[in-house]
Amino acid sequence: MGLKAFIEKVEPDFEPGGKYEKFYALYEAAATIFYTPGKVNKANTHVRDSIDLKRIMIMVWMATFPAMFYGMYNIGVQANDAILLGGGTLPDMWQAALFTALGGQIGVADASVMTLFFYGACFWLPIYAVTFAVGGFWEVLFASVRKHEVNEGFFVTSVLFALTLPATVPLWQVALGITFGVVIAKEIFGGTGRNFLNPALSGRAFLYFAYPAQMSGDQIWVAADGYSGATWLSQSAFGQLDYSNMDKWFQAFIGAIPGSAGEVSTLAILIGGLFIMYLRIASWRIVLGGILGVVFLSTLLNMIGSDANAMFAMPWYWHMVIGGMAFGLFFMATDPVSASFTNQGKWAYGFFIGFMTVVVRVLNPAFPEGIMLAILFANLWAPLFDYFVAQSNIKRRVARVG
Amino acid sequence: MEHYLALLVRSIFVENMALSLFLGMCTFLAVSKKVSTAMGLGVAVIVVLGISVPVNQLIYVNILAPGALAWAGFPDADLSFLSFLTFIGVIAALVQILEMSLDKFFPALYNALGIFLPLITVNCAIFGGVAFAVQREYTVAESVVYGVGSGAGWALAIILLAAVREKLKYADMPEGVRGLGSVFMITGLMALGFQSFTGIAV
Repeated sequence: MGLKAFIEKVEPDFEPGGKYEKFYALYEAAATIFYTPGKVNKANTHVRDSIDLKRIMIMVWMATFPAMFYGMYNIGVQANDAILLGGGTLPDMWQAALFTALGGQIGVADASVMTLFFYGACFWLPIYAVTFAVGGFWEVLFASVRKHEVNEGFFVTSVLFALTLPATVPLWQVALGITFGVVIAKEIFGGTGRNFLNPALSGRAFLYFAYPAQMSGDQIWVAADGYSGATWLSQSAFGQLDYSNMDKWFQAFIGAIPGSAGEVSTLAILIGGLFIMYLRIASWRIVLGGILGVVFLSTLLNMIGSDANAMFAMPWYWHMVIGGMAFGLFFMATDPVSASFTNQGKWAYGFFIGFMTVVVRVLNPAFPEGIMLAILFANLWAPLFDYFVAQSNIKRRVARVG
Repeated sequence: MEHYLALLVRSIFVENMALSLFLGMCTFLAVSKKVSTAMGLGVAVIVVLGISVPVNQLIYVNILAPGALAWAGFPDADLSFLSFLTFIGVIAALVQILEMSLDKFFPALYNALGIFLPLITVNCAIFGGVAFAVQREYTVAESVVYGVGSGAGWALAIILLAAVREKLKYADMPEGVRGLGSVFMITGLMALGFQSFTGIAV
């Protein structure tokens, strides 16, 4: 029996009156992975083009692949270097045990690319699996109880959330974070399309404030025991980063720096980010506005200068490549639901994110990284920007029509 | 000058009345359905705070504080036990004046604010602002800046909340959290966004 025939055969069981009526959302989610539903609009159609929500979400999901694969490889590279330098040992975690049990060896001088990638995968894939399972559980639960369909938006939320986490985060925290993100930031307000905060980032922010020990962003995130140091962002806060060294800038651009899986390689993010921008899923106005915001404020701070705060001297092109700036700007800020809807609003929203990121990074000594908080803060402002754009349109039209 | 600017930034963002101190919640939650009304209320709060903080500060320093009556020949007098009563009285009088002038000059706003305008009297954001200013021993100029700044912070918070609520107007929320329940959740999540400022030393 073919798959299609099987799906059609079990369908009546899930429809109203069937024995598994309660699990219709689950059936629908599984069936639409393989086949386009046969349902068509009965009333006036409103199809603009063939790109529907599902296509959009899958495209964004795929656009994270370069950053994801490079990130896994980089987790291996960083751990290998740390162990080689004698700074750390193989961590006492089951992920590392799994790696060794499958015949992997880390901390050797000529570790192959595949080995390093595999080491990173042993750490990152469990994080993603837990995110997907726990978040998916909530998604299906809400869909079943509230009788709507499981939305593909969760694909994007889950992968973005997992990519922002450090490799060594405890898995129960992953579960807690995605639960907060999906339930409190999204489902409470009626599911995908109704959230005013980015669900992935709110989950991340929840963990950030609840468990600063594992998430702080000061200490280095390397999957090796007994190794600690500072991320490049905190190095520069102490004035230890030489901004004129372009080799180091290039290293940060390629992504050979410690950090969460998704954020390290600006190059890989750029590949995925330009792809979704080309498809017009991500708004170029937001990204460009964000870059302008960073350029504006960091150049201003460069000119003001400060003796006490070394971050004042950081040029804008360094701001772009270290920390989560590029990842946040391309993948988080462009979330169409929590961003502004109007074109002018998008400019303002993007600019505001870039501006606030530099404010938090440079002027707020409590947090080394600012992009997450900047986006969450700008999410609050997005509806207000839209409100003002709409009001000015109304005013103009009244003046014209009378 | 820089000192006053720092105080202004701190009172608007870092110590935001609504979203980091959670003061003035009743009006904050209730009158945030529409952006235009929220703006009116926000301006009213800025005005009331901007006047009542320095006025109460002056009254406290010159009359109520221990030893303040030395100029009148009572160096041992300590009327500070009357301070809360006086503060409330002054705020109530100010709100009354504000209410009458709004009724006269901006009847639309007066009707939109309704019962919540007299309720500014007992809005804890106002009283909180006054009490903080007195406790921190601000000078007159500082208390003007602090009053206007904390009022502006509160106004900003309620306008943002109103815009978010307008956006979520047609959101299909679960039965249990519709209405005020969801506003509590939104406020909590907004406070998460305002965390970006905690730790800024100004």
